[in-house]
Order: sequence, then structure tokens, then C-alpha cells
Amino acid sequence: MLSTGQLQQLFSGAWITIQVTAYSAVIGTLIALVGGVASLSGSRLLRWFTRVYVEIFRGVSAIILLFWVYFTLPQLFGIFLTPLQAGMLALGTNMGAYGSEIARGAIQAIPKGQTEAAIAINLSPFHRLRHVVLPQAVVLMLPPFGNLLIEVMKASALVSLIDLSDLTERAQNLRTLRAATSLEIFTAVLVLYFLISASITLGVRALERRFGRGLDVGGGLGGAVK
Amino acid sequence: MTAGAVAQASPATWDWDIAQRMMPELLRGLSVTLQATLVGITVAMVLGLVLAMARRSSLPVVRWPVVGFIEFVRSTPLLVQLFFLFFVLPDLGVRLSGFTAGVLGLGLHYATYTSEAYRSGIENVEKGQWEAAVACNLSTRTTWGSVVLPQAIPTVIPALGNYLVAMLKDAPLLSTIAVLELLAVARQLNSQLFRPLEAFSLAALLFLAVSIPAAILVRYLEKRYGYSRE
Repeated sequence: MLSTGQLQQLFSGAWITIQVTAYSAVIGTLIALVGGVASLSGSRLLRWFTRVYVEIFRGVSAIILLFWVYFTLPQLFGIFLTPLQAGMLALGTNMGAYGSEIARGAIQAIPKGQTEAAIAINLSPFHRLRHVVLPQAVVLMLPPFGNLLIEVMKASALVSLIDLSDLTERAQNLRTLRAATSLEIFTAVLVLYFLISASITLGVRALERRFGRGLDVGGGLGGAVK
Repeated sequence: MTAGAVAQASPATWDWDIAQRMMPELLRGLSVTLQATLVGITVAMVLGLVLAMARRSSLPVVRWPVVGFIEFVRSTPLLVQLFFLFFVLPDLGVRLSGFTAGVLGLGLHYATYTSEAYRSGIENVEKGQWEAAVACNLSTRTTWGSVVLPQAIPTVIPALGNYLVAMLKDAPLLSTIAVLELLAVARQLNSQLFRPLEAFSLAALLFLAVSIPAAILVRYLEKRYGYSRE
């Protein structure tokens, strides 16, 4: 059986996993919202730029992106990134590319009449977006964003490969120390990941109820993430 | 491993000679990545169908473990699952090569995704088809094999294509369990030549050269066959 000390190590690893996931999710969500709006902008240059960003950061795999950011960016620009910074940058930009597509789909799904009405009452483009379109689009975005968040949490295990002591790295560490049988260690780690994932699912459901209040937009976009 | 990042703090410029020297090995790595993906998606397609059918079983003892397995595997990182297959199974007396553990891991992980695709495909087969099969007194085997699956599977193909592309992006994870695929080769070249710029940029570019056309092809298929996951 795992000792209390070993379990504590796994818990502190889980805390790193949660932090990496949260930071990446913040970056990813911001990029996704900006990207979603930009991909529908009137400017062709902006649309084209978003398209290229989405294709590249979605097309390259998260693990290759992580290695590129961690090992190549310092060489290319002479800047040094900590593993945490590299991790959240790679996972965040990767999530942002998938998220942009979700945001675009959700904004497009809002009936045109909403925008037309906002124009008719003389709202500025910003206020149209901020007070009319986005509040409705967010409700549609939430379910696929929840799935995306779980994918990001799962992908956060990759940071163990650039020496960040997340849950996966702690497991590998305990395994090489032969601190307990590998079966015990990895079963405990998989269960911890499952619990984090289940908490995200429950959290997103609560958000759906909160944001869905007073709106009659039903359905959602389905869970097409991968 | 961190040595590369620490040693090279000053800006570097692209070296074509180095890039050229790296290419043949990177291409060999890419071909291993592609092989792993093809074997992996085959496992995922077969196992996913089995899971989807088992999930419809009338026996709760079959149904519930399958649902639990799907949820659990989908909610946990592929990397940890690969470590489980590669490091934990030998302690239990099952020794797998990196490649076998890798394609098994990819296949198992993605089977839980493809099973959901099959499930919606099966659910979209009209109820009347099942009823007609019962009315004609067809065996369970004939009902599935000649009535339900031939109608369900074509609608699932675009979704499977999406998972193929997604799996391709996860295949470089196999570098962590001693499979000499694209990323493993890039890491090896980096530690030999201390040129992360060329090694990882070329790996990324080679990867994009396969994954972007594949993604575009799948999107085209989706449009062509009028299938959307929304």
C-alpha cells in the first residue's frame, strides 16, 4: 500500500496538474474568444491570420508544440522559459486553436436578428458583441468547452516530460524509487486524474445552469472536440 | 534533457547543413509514427465497435463495466495509460515491446471515443429496422451483421476519420515508451547535435505536412457525405 507520505506527494503533484490546467485554460479561453470573433471579422487579413493560426496550432500535436516551445523558443529568441511557462504557453495556444473553432460556431449559431436588432437600437459593435451576441453564444460554447477543458487536463500530463513535477512525474518518480508496486502507484494516479476530470464535468454543468438562466437557447453544439 | 534549453540562451540562426543531415532520420521516424497510427486506428475501430455493441447488451453485468471502462479511459491521460501498459504490466508478468504497448494504448484510448461514434450511428438506425428483424425471426447475429451495422457504419466513417487525425497527433507520445518515432528521433538528434532549433522545427513541419492535409481531407469527406456531428 502507498504510505501517507507517498500519497501526499501524489496530491501535491495533482495540485500542479490542476494549476497547469487552469493557467492553460485561461490562456486558451482568451485566445478562443478573440479567435472566434476575429475569424468572423470584416477584415480579410484578420480572418486569414486566424485561419493560419488555427490550422497550425491545431495541426501540430500538443507534445511536439510543447517540445518546440520549451527547447526552440529560447534558442530562437534568447528568452528563457520555465517549464511551467512553456507548459501553459503550449497547452494554452493549442487549446486556443480548438476553442476558436468552437467560439466561431457558437457565434454563428446566434440568429442574425439579434445583431440586426442591436444595430437598430444603435449599439456600437463592441456593445453588440459584449451585451447581445456573446452572452447567448457562451451558453452554446460551454458544453464543448467543458470537453475541451478535460482534453487540456489530460494533455497537462505532458509537462511531466519537461521536468515539471505534476501528477504523472510524481508517479514516474515513485516508480523509479520502487516506493510501492507500480500497480498501486499508477492505479492511484489514474483514479486521481479521474476525480479531477469528474470535478471539471460537474463544474461545467453548474456553469451551464448559471449562464443558461433566463435564456431560451437550448441544445448546445454537441461535444465535437477531438 | 533540460540541458538543451539552458545551454542555448543566445539566439541562434537556422543551419541548412544540419537540417539536411537530420532529414533522413526524421523521415524514418515519421514513417514509424504513421505505422503506429494505422495499427492503432485499426485496434480502435474494431474494439470501439465491440464496446458499442456490448454497451447495448441487455445484461447489466456486461453493460455497466463497459460504461465504467469507457468513462474511466476517456477521463484519464493517454500518457499515463501508456506508462501503465509499458511499466506496470511487466510487473504483472506481461511484457510488451514499446511499439505493441503503444499501439495498444492508442487503440484502447481511442476505442472509447470511436465507441461513442458507433453508438450514435447505431442509435440512428430506425427502430422499425430492429422490429422488422424481430418480425422476420432473424437471429441476433444476422440482425447486427446484415441489418443494423450495414446501415450504421457508413454514417460513422467521417467521425472515425476525425479520430484518425486526432490519433496521429497523439502518436508522438510513443516516444516516451522507447518507440523511435518522429519526436523520439528529434529528441535523439537534439541531444547528439545540440540543435533544438532544427530538430524540433523540422519535426513540427514534417508533422504539419501530414496532419493538415489529413484534416482537410476528413473535412471534405464530412461535407461530401453530408454528415455533421452537431
